[in-house]
Amino acid sequence: MTASTAGSTATPLLEARAVSKEFPAGGTSLTGRATEVLHAVDRVDLEVFPGETVGLVGETGCGKSTLARCLARLYDVTAGEVWFDGRDVTHLSRREMRPLRRDIQVIFQDPYGSLNPRRRVGSIIGDAFAIHDLEKGAARKARVQELMELVGLNPEHYNRFPADFSGGQRQRIGVARALALRPRMIICDEPVSALDVSIQAQVLNLLIDLQDELGLTYLFITHDLSVVRHVSNRIAVMYLGRVVEQGTVEDIFDGARHPYTKALLSALPTPDPDVADSREHVVLSGDLPSAVDPPSGCHFHPRCPRARADCHEQQPPLEPVDGDPVDHTTACWHPLAHGESLTSAVPGLGIPAPEEGEP
Amino acid sequence: MSDPIMSAPTMSDIATTGHVPRTIEGRGPWRLAWLRLKKDKVAIWSLVVIGLLVLVAIFAPFFAWLTGHPPNVQYRETGLTPDGLPVGPSSTFWFGTDDLGRDVLVRVAYGARVSLGVGVLATMLTVVVGVVVGLAAGFFGGLVDMVLARLIDVVLSIPFLLVAVALVSITGPSLLVTIVVIGFFSWASMARIVRGQVLSVKEREYVEAARSLGAGDLRIMFIDVLPNVMAPIIVYTTLLVPVVIVAQATLSFLGLGVEAPTADWGGMISTAQRYYRTAWWFIAFPGSALLITTLAFNLFGDGVRDALDPRVDRLIGR
Amino acid sequence: MVRFLIVRTLTGLVVLWLISMSVFALFYVVPSNVARTLGGRQATPETIAAINERLGLDEPLWKQYASFVGDALQGDLGYDYYHQVPVTTIIAQAVPVTLSLAVGAAVIWLVLGITNGVISATHPRSLADRSLTAFALFFYSMPSFLLGLVLLYFLYFKLTQAGYAWFPPGGYAPLSEGVGPWVNHLLLPWATLALVSAAAYTRLTRGSMLDVLSEDYIRTARSKGISERRVTYRHALRSALTPIVTQFGIDLGQLVGGVLVTETVFSLPGLGQTAIIAITQQDLPVIIGIVLFASTAVVVANILVDLAYAVLDPRVRIS
Repeated sequence: MTASTAGSTATPLLEARAVSKEFPAGGTSLTGRATEVLHAVDRVDLEVFPGETVGLVGETGCGKSTLARCLARLYDVTAGEVWFDGRDVTHLSRREMRPLRRDIQVIFQDPYGSLNPRRRVGSIIGDAFAIHDLEKGAARKARVQELMELVGLNPEHYNRFPADFSGGQRQRIGVARALALRPRMIICDEPVSALDVSIQAQVLNLLIDLQDELGLTYLFITHDLSVVRHVSNRIAVMYLGRVVEQGTVEDIFDGARHPYTKALLSALPTPDPDVADSREHVVLSGDLPSAVDPPSGCHFHPRCPRARADCHEQQPPLEPVDGDPVDHTTACWHPLAHGESLTSAVPGLGIPAPEEGEP
Repeated sequence: MSDPIMSAPTMSDIATTGHVPRTIEGRGPWRLAWLRLKKDKVAIWSLVVIGLLVLVAIFAPFFAWLTGHPPNVQYRETGLTPDGLPVGPSSTFWFGTDDLGRDVLVRVAYGARVSLGVGVLATMLTVVVGVVVGLAAGFFGGLVDMVLARLIDVVLSIPFLLVAVALVSITGPSLLVTIVVIGFFSWASMARIVRGQVLSVKEREYVEAARSLGAGDLRIMFIDVLPNVMAPIIVYTTLLVPVVIVAQATLSFLGLGVEAPTADWGGMISTAQRYYRTAWWFIAFPGSALLITTLAFNLFGDGVRDALDPRVDRLIGR
Repeated sequence: MVRFLIVRTLTGLVVLWLISMSVFALFYVVPSNVARTLGGRQATPETIAAINERLGLDEPLWKQYASFVGDALQGDLGYDYYHQVPVTTIIAQAVPVTLSLAVGAAVIWLVLGITNGVISATHPRSLADRSLTAFALFFYSMPSFLLGLVLLYFLYFKLTQAGYAWFPPGGYAPLSEGVGPWVNHLLLPWATLALVSAAAYTRLTRGSMLDVLSEDYIRTARSKGISERRVTYRHALRSALTPIVTQFGIDLGQLVGGVLVTETVFSLPGLGQTAIIAITQQDLPVIIGIVLFASTAVVVANILVDLAYAVLDPRVRIS
């Protein structure tokens, strides 16, 4: 949490305006058209202001990585707009995107899959310079080794292959590659979730230090709320392609309004055993529904302990609940009151009993 | 390889020590494969045999000089029996003579030039076309892939030898035609293999990473995708050489190989089949040369496959 | 399943259409000297013009192609240049020979190849495995025409010289003359065609079986106490067959080439030898007829193989 929360008057550095992304799913018909459509991202609005870190949280399969790829213009959006630095970049061609690539970079989830196994580390990190025709020869090598230092790698290992490094070190290589062009915005797609817990903190701290040092803006995607709390200023919670709650870290952790957010929070491990014991455990029943055929109305209703008849009918808008600050928005017909617990709210509405020794 | 890289110095460390960082070489995947291959005795001996065959081809005139028999000179007095039949191996003609009284040894040596030359050139043609088509089909997908995949199916459905023979009969036999015809019909399997590999490689995150850095299609294809599909390409290429050599010999055997006086193994065996009852050497020596060549390449190809990736064989099937 | 069949058949038709175009282009467009070849060296321009007219070679290209396809669709592949025999008749006479050779050889090589492959895979690194692997590699490297000549030399020539005239030097005896002579004439050709391919299938089966045998469900089956024989044949072989079926589909096209060579070596009057003779005589209708016929056979056989594949591996049907 390095930068102060930006005021609402500033222009967002990166902005999603009603972004939707659909994929063809199912088989193809004889005419070659897809028989079904998967709605990975569904009309999402998101703003990331300069210097801040926005955490994007949700279960695996909720569309957060797809949204990230849309924002990085790795995917073309189906509908909506992507704005960067006050400019609509939704329909820029690859060629027009090239200068912008220097400003937006991505750190990928899989430290094994994201590094080309046939290339030396120096050439992987230096790829950015090669692509943008920047530094050459010795200068490029010096820059690459500088970057390796910066992320805590031994620059003497310039000529090694990714296979020679551990997972944490590989992720540092990925960070160095993303930093090469001195971007303003970095989209971190679950940068630590593939790493051992002991290594996670090291990489997270590296990212935080780099943000201080280089004035970076992060969009930080993860399924792990404890990680987000560690790095973010603001948090957006996604469920089945939609943002269901958005607010500052304090708003979300201390005053969650959406039952889904509350359920995610209740699954967090707490260091204090007393608190852990007294806190409610909410186990969400059922699996994440298919995004091919999402539930009607509020997508969360089939799993929601507070769901009532009207939840089936219409999608709730993402708005501030009465009394909340304007930047704390919730998409729920029956939001939780402050301090209200999920279990006590509507008794007997099919919440599974708290389990002992929940993982 | 768990060097303590994590304890690498920070920015300030380097600033104070100020030494120029050395670079430490990593052992790349290719190097590791080569180390494995070096341990494979059969593969190395096959490589030696291939090397010898190449030497024989290059220094074929040496055999002519050694025996004093140029390849196309017909020794009607010494090289044929009074009945006009080939004579067997002797101190004059070590491998015997052919139906026209020419020295079989010298002609086998010269024949290596045709077999290896066609083998290498036609394989190169096949690989270039196959890789480019497979890469394009797999990488671009969509309509490009649909058209190219159909094209691959079509070429694979054409009975190769039949059409090749028919084609050569129209154009007349020549080495160039042989190479083009073999290349034209062989690229499809290579393309199919490359396409399948590319389809899986292009979904890797490092391809996405390159794209997010702003890399264009060509750069991604040749720098990020191609090196990662090289292993099956190399394996298939070494196994393709013997197939191509046999194809050339077969065309020759059917009378559609090289122009008349040029020596080549398939052509020699074709003529020799009329004399197999009387002149075994006339088939045995060019036949053995052909068999040794294909065996050496197949054994070497097996070794390469094991060295590169023991699981590649399932992609190739043969 | 029905949809799969439709898609596959449509694809096959497209393939055939493309082949017909290519064949037409190659043999009608490239050589403009058909009439000259036919008319002989002393042909006058008038003779050549007459021949061109008779063969329809003076028509515009698309018309030639249209009538070529139209006739072919009606089963009319034209007449051979020399004896005016319908090409369909020539093919009909040659098909039984080629079919006898190809089917017999395919059965032998599949049985031999799969059996040897299973033996190799179930006893890895044993003496049997090593010798079978070595044998496979040897025959795999052997050009089929060379193998044919070697078999002729030892099994026909040397044996006959030694007084055992067990095998004929070549030729064909139709089934109507009895099964004995038929088999006798085909044994060496079958061996020639089968051994080379059996070698490839031994290698393929071995690799594929070794993969399958190391999978978890096979271990589970073993741990349940199912007999080794049952595990091998009932469980493992079925999965291991999938790549073999794929390869068989691909090899059908190669089989045509093998048939060509084998028929030449053993003077069998099948499609291959007929084609070679037609080629040396530049007898275009016969060449085109046989190429088209063989391509159709390969395409149809490929569809059948794909069907077998879909039965073996249900996942295929979805894609």
